[in-house]
Amino acid sequence: MADKITLEVARYSPEQDGEPRFDRYEVPLIENWMVLDALNYIKDQLDGTVTFRWSCRMGICGSCGMVVNGHERLTCETLLADYLPGPIRVEPLRHFPVMRDLVVDLSDFMEKLERVKPWIIRQPGAPEPSREFIQTPEQLAEYKQYSLCINCVLCYSACPVYGLDPHFIGPAASALSLRYNLDSRDQGAEQRLDVMAQHDGVWDCTVIGECSVVCPKHVDPSLAIQEYKISATKAWFKNLLMPGGGK
Amino acid sequence: MEVTAHDILLIGGGGAGLRAAIAIAEADPRLNLAVVSKVYPMRSHTVSAEGGAAAVIAANDTIDEHAYDTISGSDWLADQDAVEIFVNNVTHEMLRLEHWGCPWSREPDGRIAVRPFGGMKKERTWFAADKTGFHMLHSLFQTSLKYGEIKRYDETFATRLLVDDGVVGGVVAIELATGKIRAIMAKAVILCTGGCGRVFPFTTNANICTGDGMALAFRAGAPLKDMEMVQYHPTGLPQTGILITEATRGEGGWLVNKDGYRYLQDYDLGKPTPTPVFRSMELGPRDRLSQAFVKEMEKGRTLKGPYGDYVHLDLRHLGEKKIDEKLPMVRELCRNYANIDPVHQMIPVRPVVHYMMGGISTDSSGATPLKGLYAAGEAACVSMNGANRLGSNSLGELLVFGARAGTSAAQYASGARRPSDRLLAQAADEERRIEREYLNRNSGRERIAKLREEMQHAMESACGIYRTRQTLEEGAAKLAELKQRFGGITLDDHSRTFNTQLMAALELSGMLEVAESMVHAALWREESRGAHQRTDFPKRDDQKFLAHSIAHRNAEGPPRIESLPVTITRWPPGERVYGR
Ligand SMILES: Cc1cc2nc3c(=O)[nH]c(=O)nc-3n(C[C@H](O)[C@H](O)[C@H](O)COP(=O)(O)OP(=O)(O)OC[C@H]3O[C@@H](n4cnc5c(N)ncnc54)[C@H](O)[C@@H]3O)c2cc1C
Ligand code: FES
Repeated sequence: MADKITLEVARYSPEQDGEPRFDRYEVPLIENWMVLDALNYIKDQLDGTVTFRWSCRMGICGSCGMVVNGHERLTCETLLADYLPGPIRVEPLRHFPVMRDLVVDLSDFMEKLERVKPWIIRQPGAPEPSREFIQTPEQLAEYKQYSLCINCVLCYSACPVYGLDPHFIGPAASALSLRYNLDSRDQGAEQRLDVMAQHDGVWDCTVIGECSVVCPKHVDPSLAIQEYKISATKAWFKNLLMPGGGK
Repeated sequence: MEVTAHDILLIGGGGAGLRAAIAIAEADPRLNLAVVSKVYPMRSHTVSAEGGAAAVIAANDTIDEHAYDTISGSDWLADQDAVEIFVNNVTHEMLRLEHWGCPWSREPDGRIAVRPFGGMKKERTWFAADKTGFHMLHSLFQTSLKYGEIKRYDETFATRLLVDDGVVGGVVAIELATGKIRAIMAKAVILCTGGCGRVFPFTTNANICTGDGMALAFRAGAPLKDMEMVQYHPTGLPQTGILITEATRGEGGWLVNKDGYRYLQDYDLGKPTPTPVFRSMELGPRDRLSQAFVKEMEKGRTLKGPYGDYVHLDLRHLGEKKIDEKLPMVRELCRNYANIDPVHQMIPVRPVVHYMMGGISTDSSGATPLKGLYAAGEAACVSMNGANRLGSNSLGELLVFGARAGTSAAQYASGARRPSDRLLAQAADEERRIEREYLNRNSGRERIAKLREEMQHAMESACGIYRTRQTLEEGAAKLAELKQRFGGITLDDHSRTFNTQLMAALELSGMLEVAESMVHAALWREESRGAHQRTDFPKRDDQKFLAHSIAHRNAEGPPRIESLPVTITRWPPGERVYGR
């Protein structure tokens, strides 16, 4: 096995208002090292100005998403050796404004996350159990998959619709919304449907499912969006047949 | 400088911080509160917790048993009033989390499922497969969004507490996106900044676990308690330190040495049985298991690898179905980071720095001795973990004491005065200091990464699983040298935009102080108790050391250590018995 590999790291600093450029760094190729390990090596040993986010280094905090050789990846679980002989091109996620180097501005995503009311909604006066809600393993399985999203936003970077229409609520927020709708403890599906219906983005989403392909936690947001289309259509028909009613 | 003001400021958006925020919003919606966090809240380290959270719910379990397990687990260093508050409230807190949508794993009839955990006499650990912390944190964060009154300063790094005349009145913080230095004023500040595993070279902790809050409090004059108590978790992956949860053993995993022998039976932890027995063998407490590893290594019965000695954690007999259902993340982690499949192969593991029992000294309402300053979570020491925390007690602690700190800060803030304007001058000083000592400096040759590495290795040699006066004194001398050398650091990065190198430098300066408090507290405690094992004082000494160490910062030189008696309510100190 080679003992070195080269990374081409996208660099951009708003203070130096130039065009983004790529800097090349050679790093040792150590067994089991991830792309993130290489970036940390660069930062610690070669160039302290290279800027990126990371924290848990175990694929759960969602900080370290980047585009590696053209594909969205969590860099803490992407092996360097998979890219032999190199070079490896590391770029910031697409469709978000770049703040600096590999760090993108997530404000839009954070706002969308909040918009889908991702919390348990109970109808006014609905009784709260004194102990736990009973939820069978089957009921848990209904929404479990959608609860595994780590908010790494790889799916937004891969989503062609979001790229064209930033108003599109997007894959992760849709999945989260469905996660609560499908939870047997929740009664807020109608409120969330209103949010989802506010923008047409959902309808532009084709079944290509780039979002589900790149999802490192196998959440399948694409399926979530298709399910939304079905429930939205149902609601629409209901309103058509019983104007003002059907609620 | 931009100045903003709130009634209450939370520093930290992990489990403790978010629980406190919700408690405040519920206690008094008119209070103006804000959460400052150096990462987006849902990225906080709580997200990494795997195994579960303990709370009595099973029909055959009792609150007193939870208390006894916690206290004996702590080697009688826990304050028993704090433990009683914990065990009496944690089930209610966990149920609230259930009502907020946390996807707890269930029994077939839809009730909460519980699993065995180390040092616990009953099945009482709630879990969400093996992503418990992830689900708890996301449930808390998402629920917190419901409360419009919780303002957030995301990706904002607190550098200093503002204190006037013994009263805390806010913080100075850097907004990472812009490099803007802000003065954020508040009548009360709650530190929920998490642990400091990154003081050591080999840790399960995330990059952000740098003990910032401990350093903030310490520098502001609040003491640190029991800092010598560092928990080594017995099962980390050798190269990375990534945790393999204790739930693997709760589900029936075995620890075996190089001969395939379940070596824990040689260390007064009981006899091997095919299925797990509570408080026995692999379900013994973490301190004892990590110590057994060292002894086994000394006997030459561990395996040798490029990243140090290790033993095997064997899950193969659990079968693929159980592993996928109960421990999916363990399988994912082993595949990704060690290139093995635990369904078919044994997992190499070794002890790894995991958790700080010590922290900012608080009373059971989360108040520190400094007026207006509160703390909760791993950053704090209330103390319910004493000399050894039981696995799955921390997540519950975040909820119980996060909520208590929130409500008591809310009460205090409702009657407190607006912070003094004199603090603005302090804030301006801090801004100038950051510019002078970091952003605008161009002399210096010490690299941050190098100093950090030297500190980490010094801490491992000084403050490891076994300690002696000699290793500790060497460590203390090394830390003093590193503090000196820190004055000569160099930064490559002078940018204002998302300057992570600046953040790393500020973290390191805090870690050096926190590390010093650990070493000096460990020197002071001339006995062996729980996670603190002095080979030169191998016995527990209740005459002298049934007491907390309290570290006070000195302007010059090492901290001063004082002692504070442990609160005993119903459980007089006794022998810790496991497996017999
Ligand atoms: C791998 C792993 C697994 C674990 N598993 C379990 C388990 O199964 N059961 C259990 O009970 N415990 C477990 N623990 C322990 C438990 O997870 C932690 O003790 C707990 O999550 C700490 O929570 P916290 O809220 O105190 O801090 P954290 O979640 O670490 O949050 C700290 C917060 O403070 C903020 N912060 C820190 N410094 C600053 C600063 N200078 N300025 C602004 N913000 C700052 C951070 O941004 C973050 O939001 C585990 C620990 C690890 C490492
Ligand atoms: S660093 Fe946390 S997901 Fe990669």
